[in-house]
Amino acid sequence: MFPLENVVLCRESQVSTLMALFGERHHFSFPSIFIYGHTASGKTYVMETLMKTSELPHVIVNCVECFTSRILLEHILNQLNCLTPSEDECTSHIACDSFNDFVRLFKKVTQDQGVDDQTVYIVLDKAEYLREMEANLLPAFLRLQELTNRNVTVIFLSQIVWEKFRPNTGCFEPFIMYFPDYSIGHLQKILSHDHPPEYSADFYAAYINILLGVFYTVCRDLKELRHLAALNFSKYCEPVVKGEANERDTRKLWRNIEPHLKKAMHTVYLREISSSQWEKLQQDDTEMGQLKGLSAHAHVELPYYSKFILIAAYLASYNPTRTDKRFFLKHHGKIKKASFMKKHEKTSNHLLGPKPFPLDRLLAILYSIVDSRVAPTANIFSQITSLVTLQLLTLVGHDDQLDGPKYKCTVSLDFVRAIARTVNFDIIKYLYDFL
Amino acid sequence: MATSSVSKGCFVFKPDFKRKKVSFPIADYFNEGESLSEDSKLRFDTCQLLWQQMKSEAEELQEELNKNLFDSLIEFLEKSHLEFRKKSTKWNYQIKCREIPTAALVLGVNVTDHDLTFKGLTEMLRDTVTPYVVSLQAKECPDVKHILQKLASQLMGCCIDMESTEEEYVQSSQRKMHYSMAFLSTWYKSVTQKTSSESVKKKITSFSHWKESPPIVIILKDIESFSTKVLQDFIIISSQYLHELPIVLVFGIATSPIIIHRLLPQAVSSLCIELLQSLSCKEHLAKLLDKLLLTTRFPFKLNEKALQVLTNIFLYHDFSVQNFIKGLQLAILEHFYSQPLSILCCDLPEAKKRIHSLSEDQCESIRRLPSFMRYVEKQTPEKQVASLTDERFLKEETLRFLEDLHSYHENFFLVLKCLHAFTSSLPKYPLGRQIRELYCACLEKNIWESQEYEPALQLLRMLAKDELMAILQKCLEVCKSPPGKQFGGTVEKLQEFLVQFQKLEETESNEEENGSGSQQKGLQKTDLYHLQKSLLEMKELRSSNKKQTKFEVQRDRVVDFIDNLVRKYLSPPDTQTLYEVVYFTGAHILREHLNAAPRIALHTALNNPYHYLKNQALKSEDDSIPNVAPDICIAYKLHLECSRLINLVDWSEAFATVVTAAEETDPNSTASEEIKEIIHARFIRAVSELELLGFIKPTKQKTDHVARLTWGGC
Ligand SMILES: Nc1ncnc2c1ncn2[C@@H]1O[C@H](COP(=O)(O)OP(=O)(O)O)[C@@H](O)[C@H]1O
Ligand SMILES: [Mg+2]
Repeated sequence: MFPLENVVLCRESQVSTLMALFGERHHFSFPSIFIYGHTASGKTYVMETLMKTSELPHVIVNCVECFTSRILLEHILNQLNCLTPSEDECTSHIACDSFNDFVRLFKKVTQDQGVDDQTVYIVLDKAEYLREMEANLLPAFLRLQELTNRNVTVIFLSQIVWEKFRPNTGCFEPFIMYFPDYSIGHLQKILSHDHPPEYSADFYAAYINILLGVFYTVCRDLKELRHLAALNFSKYCEPVVKGEANERDTRKLWRNIEPHLKKAMHTVYLREISSSQWEKLQQDDTEMGQLKGLSAHAHVELPYYSKFILIAAYLASYNPTRTDKRFFLKHHGKIKKASFMKKHEKTSNHLLGPKPFPLDRLLAILYSIVDSRVAPTANIFSQITSLVTLQLLTLVGHDDQLDGPKYKCTVSLDFVRAIARTVNFDIIKYLYDFL
Repeated sequence: MATSSVSKGCFVFKPDFKRKKVSFPIADYFNEGESLSEDSKLRFDTCQLLWQQMKSEAEELQEELNKNLFDSLIEFLEKSHLEFRKKSTKWNYQIKCREIPTAALVLGVNVTDHDLTFKGLTEMLRDTVTPYVVSLQAKECPDVKHILQKLASQLMGCCIDMESTEEEYVQSSQRKMHYSMAFLSTWYKSVTQKTSSESVKKKITSFSHWKESPPIVIILKDIESFSTKVLQDFIIISSQYLHELPIVLVFGIATSPIIIHRLLPQAVSSLCIELLQSLSCKEHLAKLLDKLLLTTRFPFKLNEKALQVLTNIFLYHDFSVQNFIKGLQLAILEHFYSQPLSILCCDLPEAKKRIHSLSEDQCESIRRLPSFMRYVEKQTPEKQVASLTDERFLKEETLRFLEDLHSYHENFFLVLKCLHAFTSSLPKYPLGRQIRELYCACLEKNIWESQEYEPALQLLRMLAKDELMAILQKCLEVCKSPPGKQFGGTVEKLQEFLVQFQKLEETESNEEENGSGSQQKGLQKTDLYHLQKSLLEMKELRSSNKKQTKFEVQRDRVVDFIDNLVRKYLSPPDTQTLYEVVYFTGAHILREHLNAAPRIALHTALNNPYHYLKNQALKSEDDSIPNVAPDICIAYKLHLECSRLINLVDWSEAFATVVTAAEETDPNSTASEEIKEIIHARFIRAVSELELLGFIKPTKQKTDHVARLTWGGC
């Protein structure tokens, strides 16, 4: 194993605080430690490497995986049971139903494993998921040391501050630690650290420098940046491999990679195209033109009446009910907008979002915007339902079907305009906001 | 039912399944009062046979269309998890985020058809790539727990299929139904180790590199319906186990791939998405029509109205090819059920045999066919007598007509396809863009008498040479495709035209500047107004300088030729004698069954009970309510006259008045008290029935009032 400083960079102060808290192996440590910080601030990584390099008895559990407390508790116990690998014990599965059992079994297992004379660390990663489990779980973990009367420390890793965890009944307060975001200098250092063996560290560091120059303004996530670095490095090396430039031709290399990275920002970074497609693009050196991003496929083909139902739903969602007469009655006379506009409606309905409307209003609007006569057939009703399954409409408060269901239209103006265009319907003329 | 128990209590009697099994053979339904049972059985069998053939044809087509999609999916699977399989140590791989390979299948909004695709997909994957295919539906997955449970049970299930020895292992861990990803990962390890240490005896041969670690393909059938949280958590968990489990996700998308971004704003970064698009359902329908209806392979045909009903349901309502096929099935069934002569709706050799054994009744029904009567009227008196009396003569004629009908169809479809080749390239598609539109038009009436035909021909007379030649080439292919059939020298004629155009091309360079070169530019696809204007101009031009180029002369001849073909062969089917035998004409039946209108039916039932009950007493000329009508009808009719809120007291009084109108009883007698109470009870029942049907509901706005939930007549 490398010494800790060589693998964990830029976290010296946090590591030394933790080391101080842990103390000697047999010392009791703080019962619970709460570590928080943004994603990719190295919480998991620091904990893992710390535990491994100092060879402390520990278990690390990711709480996302444990959707019931039972799985969580069994996971901890079974991992503890395998601390010292001995064949037969590992295969036997420990079942645990409640926290009571957990406390009892925990004592037994630590004794069996011969670690009851030193601090055992339980690391609960993504601890925010604990809040959705049974209410007693968090307080119990916080004072596990007291409950088991053993030398144990529970470490919580979370992206959310402690205040959002604290139950209103009160509980044991953990030791709280913050992992601040990495600065650009830190990022540069950490990213440059894992350079490919074929190239020199300086060459790679120069590349990271360019990468950060492009991406730092939009993305500070270490994991994303590393991903991008790995994806685009081969393009950076291209001139060197081809013999067109040498490793120290920074200007030339920069001119080669910069537009490429800018393009990446609009495509792979947004997951418009996938990383494998991006790599293929680089290899084939084809133009982006042929490959369309995900959002280029926005078009949805719908049956004729479904289009009108969607348009009607959109109108019902964004027009005030009072105005239906003006839009859909053939001889509504001349009603100026100002005369029937109420004060609070001056704000755009589009800013307020879609409003729910009853089924009958939808049908009434539908009948008046379709030129041919539509019978209210079973097919029309099932089309409304399928629009709901397609998430283009949503059902609001569907507790009572007989009471007249209410719907909301969830599509955007652009989407509905595209739909309306295909049936030669000028939707803007019918929208109150655009009068 | 008796029990042997001496004590009182509730006893459960399970239904006796044996008794229920007595079922009627479906063929019996074909047995209508008058017709012979022998005949109806034959008709039913013919129907079944025909349907089986058409169905397998449709299924074949479906498979063929799926093949493209499936092939690209397999290709995608092959690429994915390359590193996993090679246990790659490349720098690049170590450092990159682990992304789950994800295929986004865009399948179109006809959700009902997706099941078939997924079924085919699952089978194909099981056969060729991996035994571990799991399909999940949103409604089975309200949370991560259920997803993993489904996942585990389906995975273990397919593992049991493979090896029965696995069973103990599964059982020991299955007693507690708490699966976690960790559990699955150990399971996967043990299974793959076992199979690779033993000799792999699975039939998966084409992908040898998968043998050691076959991917786990998880199909999420309806991605739109999944909840963000569940899916996001599941993806986070899966991506954490990616180095132990080669998971591949398949998303079934009905709308557009953008939904992925909307649904998974964060987790999308752990996916490596590839888009795969299936054929659009409209194209699928076009292919289906081509295979099932625009062919002489199957004798059965739809008339214009019936075809229109089916395609309208497809285009206006559901986009579902499966529903279209179901509708077609209904049409076939209905045709064979209601048309006694459908017995002759089979292939020619078989029909020949059947004509011989036609019974007297059947001959009589041939004579009664409108198309046959029309034919007889035009004959000489001797022939008329013979057709109407001589059975043998009639049979001979019938055979001749059927043969004629067959060759009529053969020519019809060829010419139809040729005409479509011509008109589908015209701007604005005057005769329809899809062949089905043209087909419908031809079924309806003489196409050359339609308004759009003449202008279309004029547009054809302005085609540029390369366009014209491409079209001719297409027509040639169409006409050549049925091998061995001679089609009135059309093929030769077409070939001749082509050769002449080619010759023209060679000589053209010599006589380039021959005046009206402008006409050869072809038509720009602009708006109709400009088209008509340029048409006029060209006409003038033509009349002013009479001299046409050789190309123009030739072009006119081609158009005249096609015009002749159309007039000769594309007459609508109802001009053919005996067309009733193969054409289904019950469009209204299809509409009634496939496009039901529950609201209207309900309104009719309540407003005009005679319509369904057929009770003479209920017949009413004016809109009045007979007092013998069911109570709910009376209450319904009265409520139609009310506004949004209905006063219960008024309503009740009106109800009582109507009910007692005819019964001229003395209102002051003691018996009437009792009657009043009964009437009141009847009223309450009627009102609550209306509430149950959703016409009214209680309201808090006003005491003693109910609110109407419907407006207008229906
Ligand atoms: N200080 C550091 N030194 C080296 N690598 C780091 C450091 N911090 C983070 N990383 C890298 O970034 C990745 C993401 O960090 P992680 O611990 O998962 O973040 P968090 O758990 O806070 O979301 C880790 O896999 C690790 O390789
Ligand atoms: Mg973490």
